Amino acid sequence: MPRIAVFISQRLVKAVFVVLAIAVFNFFLVHAAPGDPAAVMAGEAGAADAKFVEQLRQQFGLDRPLYEQLGTYMGKVVQADLGYSYRQQRPVFDLLMDRLPVTLSLTLTSFVLALIGGVALGTLAAMRAGTWSDTAITVVGLTAYATPIFWIGLMLILLFSVNLGWLPAFGTESIGAGYTGWAAFVDRLEHLVLPVVTLGLFYMAVYTRLTRASILEVRDMDFVKTARAKGLPEWRIVSVHILRNAILPVITVAGFQAGHLIGGSILIETVFALPGIGRLAFEAVLQRDYQVLLGIFLLTSVVVVIFNLLTDLIYSLVDPRIEVAP
Amino acid sequence: MSNRLRYIRQSLTAAALAAALATPALLSAPTVAVAQERGGTMNIIVQPEPPILVLGLNQQGPTQTVAGKIYQGLLTYDFNLKPQPELAESWEVSPDGKVYTFKLVKNAKWHDGKPFTAADVVFSTSKMLMETHPRARAVFAKAEKIEALDDYTVRFTLKEPFGPFLQSFEVSSAPMMPKHIYDGSDYKANPANATPIGTGPFKFKEWVKGSYIHLVRNDDYWKAGKPYLDDIYFRVIPDAASRAVAVEQGTVQQTQFNDIETFDVPRLKSLPNVEMTTKGYEFFAPLSWIEINTRNKPLDDKRFRQAMMHAIDRKFIRDKIWFGLGRPATGPVNSVTRFYEPGVKKYDFDPKKAEALLEEAGYKKGSDGTRAKVKLLVMPYGETWTRLGEYVKQAMKRVGVDVTLETTDSAGWVNRVSNWDYDMTFNFVYQYGDPALGVSRTYVSDNIRKGVMFSNTMGYTNPEVDRLFAQAAQTNKDEERQQLYSAAQKILVEDVPVAWLLEMEFPTFVDKRFKNAITTAIGVNESYDSVYMVKK
Repeated sequence: MPRIAVFISQRLVKAVFVVLAIAVFNFFLVHAAPGDPAAVMAGEAGAADAKFVEQLRQQFGLDRPLYEQLGTYMGKVVQADLGYSYRQQRPVFDLLMDRLPVTLSLTLTSFVLALIGGVALGTLAAMRAGTWSDTAITVVGLTAYATPIFWIGLMLILLFSVNLGWLPAFGTESIGAGYTGWAAFVDRLEHLVLPVVTLGLFYMAVYTRLTRASILEVRDMDFVKTARAKGLPEWRIVSVHILRNAILPVITVAGFQAGHLIGGSILIETVFALPGIGRLAFEAVLQRDYQVLLGIFLLTSVVVVIFNLLTDLIYSLVDPRIEVAP
Repeated sequence: MSNRLRYIRQSLTAAALAAALATPALLSAPTVAVAQERGGTMNIIVQPEPPILVLGLNQQGPTQTVAGKIYQGLLTYDFNLKPQPELAESWEVSPDGKVYTFKLVKNAKWHDGKPFTAADVVFSTSKMLMETHPRARAVFAKAEKIEALDDYTVRFTLKEPFGPFLQSFEVSSAPMMPKHIYDGSDYKANPANATPIGTGPFKFKEWVKGSYIHLVRNDDYWKAGKPYLDDIYFRVIPDAASRAVAVEQGTVQQTQFNDIETFDVPRLKSLPNVEMTTKGYEFFAPLSWIEINTRNKPLDDKRFRQAMMHAIDRKFIRDKIWFGLGRPATGPVNSVTRFYEPGVKKYDFDPKKAEALLEEAGYKKGSDGTRAKVKLLVMPYGETWTRLGEYVKQAMKRVGVDVTLETTDSAGWVNRVSNWDYDMTFNFVYQYGDPALGVSRTYVSDNIRKGVMFSNTMGYTNPEVDRLFAQAAQTNKDEERQQLYSAAQKILVEDVPVAWLLEMEFPTFVDKRFKNAITTAIGVNESYDSVYMVKK
C-alpha cells in the first residue's frame, strides 16, 4: 500500500476515536450548564406549575439518570443519528440541513474572498515594504482586525442600506417579493454582499498580515537572490519562489478556519438576521436545547478532523520537504 | 330572582372598534370615512422565534402574538377589561356565580373546513388544555362539569363561585383547539402540530425557521368580509439594533413588547412613518419588582425591605432607564387592571428615611461605611435590566448597603430563582386581568413551591393575606372583592415582600398606513381581522 494511503487510513481510524471522545466530553459539557430546557421554557411561558415542568422533563428524557441519557445519546451517535429537538419538534439533522446552505454561502464566500484578497494584499504590501501602499494596507488590515465585527456590520448597514439605500440590510431574500429565476438569484446575491464583506474583512486582515510577515522573512533569502541573478521575471520570483515558501503559515490558519466554516458566525448571522448554524447554536445554548447543541458540536468536530487531515496533505503538496509519515 | 339569569350581551361593530382606537390623526380629521379596503401585506417582528405555533401547547409571548391570528378564544377584552364577544356571541352567568352558559357563533369553521362547535370547546377546556396549559389548568380545575347543551351552547358548572372566571377566555388563556385533530392523540407528538389549524382570520402558510412565518388570509373566515389583509409575515430579527433599522427603513410595520430597546424608543418615536402606542397591554399589565428572598438575612427584616423602597428612586428608573415608559408602582396591583387600591402606604424616595429604618433595624454603619451586604442576581432579559442593576447598586450604596451584582443567562436565572438560590433579583409578571389570576400567585403561602418559577419564590407568608386572597377569589361580587383586595394590598405594601418598581409599559410601533391594529386589552395578540391598510 502506498504510504499516503496508510497515512490516511490510520488517521481516519484515530479520528473515529477522537470524535467519539469529543462526543462524550461535549455531553458532559452541555449538561454542566445550570438549568435545563424545561426551566427555560417555564421561564419563557411567564407562568408555570410543577406539572408543566415535570411533563417537559419527561418528554425530553431529562428525568432519567445522566449516565442513562449518555448511553442513549452515544447509542444514537454511533448510528449517525443526531437526535431530536423537542423544543423545535424536528430531528436535529433536518434542522442542521435547513441552516447549512445559508451558513455555507456566507462562510465559504467570505473564506474564499478573504484568502485570495488577503494573500494578494499581503504580497503587495510585503513586496513594497516601507512604501505608502504598504502602510495603507497595514493600517487598514490592522483596523479591520481590531474592530469588533458586529460594529463593522452595523456601520456597513447604516452606510449602504440606511443612508445610501443600495443594499438590503438583512435576511437572505426579499420576503414576499415573489422573485423567480434570475431575479431571485440576484436578490439573494444582494443580500449576501454586506455579511460576506463584513466577515471577509476580518479574515482578510488576518491573511494579509500573515502573508506579509512571512514573505518579509523569505524574500531576502539566498535562493531568491539566485533567482533574481538568473534574471527571472519578478512575477515568477514572487509567485514560484517566494510565495510558495511563504505560504505555509497561511495554509495552517486557513485549514483551521475552514474547519469552522460549518459552525457559521454567531455575530454576523445575528446582526444580519441570517438563519444560519451559528445562530442555531447560540439559541440552543440559551435554550439548553442539548440535542441541537450536541449535533452542531459533533458535526463541527467531524469537519475539523477532516480539514486537519486535508491541511496536512496540502502541506506535503506545497512543500515536498514535508513528508507524510504514519 | 333565583331563576332570573343575569344576561350580558355586548356587540361591537368594527366602526366602534375603530373609534376606540382613536389615533389623534383620526380624531382631528373631519368625519371622512376611510374605506376599509382589502389587500396589503403586514410585516411584524417576532422575537424571539417561537418554538411551535400551536397555542394550546405553548404560551410564550411570541407564540401568542403569531398564533393569536390563527387561533381564537371565546372572548376578548376591551381596554377596561370588560369581556367582548369572539367565538362566543353571548353569555349568561347564574346569580350564584356558579353556572356560566356560552352561546357560540354558528358559522365558524376550522381552517380545514370542519365546523367549530360546542364539542371543540368542551374538548379544549376539559381535556386538552387541562393537560398542556398551566394557566388554563388552574382555572378549569374549578369546574365541576363542562358540557355541550347543543352544538352551539356550552355550560360550565363550577364547584364554587370563582371571581375571575369570565376573565379567562381570551385567546392565550383558553385557545380553542380542534377536537377532530387532537382528541385521542398524543398532543405534543401530533404530526398536525407543524401545520396549525384554527378558526382565526389568518391561516398558516409557511415557516422558514430562523427567518419568517407566513400567514395568509382565511377566505372562509366566519366574519363576513374580513379579514382585510392578504398576508402577514412575522420576521425574526435577532439583533436589537437591526430591529430598530428595520423600523426606520419601513421593512417591518409593527414591533411590540421588548422588540425595541428602551434607549431606541425616543429616536423611533420621532419617525414620520410610524406611530407609537402603549395601549393594548392592559390584560397583561406587567409589574416589575425587586424580588426579595425573605429567608435570607438581612432581607427577612421588614424594615430592611421598607428601607429599600425609600432608597430607590422609581421615578428616576422610569425616566432615565425606561426613558419615560411606565408608571412608578404603588403596590402589588397594576393601576390599569381590576381591583387596584390607591390608598396604600406611600414610599417616597427618601434616603434619610431609609437610613433611619436601617438604624432602627440594627444595621449600623461599619468602619467602611457599610451596613450590610446583599447579592443581586440581574435578570438576563436585555440591556435595560443590566442598567437597572447598576442603578440599584448605586442607590443602595448611598444608604450604606453594599450590593454585589451577579449575572447569568435565562436558564441559570430560572434555575436559581425557582430553587430559592438568590438574595435579590428582578422580575416582572403579567397580571392577566384579575388579581386572582396574576397577583395572588406571587404572595400566597400555598404557592411556595420549590422548582416552580413565578410562584411565591420569596417565601413570604402572611395568613391574613392568604385568607383575603382566597376569599376574594371565591366570590363574583365585585364590591365584595374590591374590599378584600384593598385590604390585602394595604397589608402587602406594609410588608414589602417584593420591592415594586414600575407598572411597565411596552411601546408598540405601528406603521401609520395600518389601522385598527391595537383595539383591545390583548393588543398585538388580537386576531387582526379588522386591521386594514390605507393605500396611497
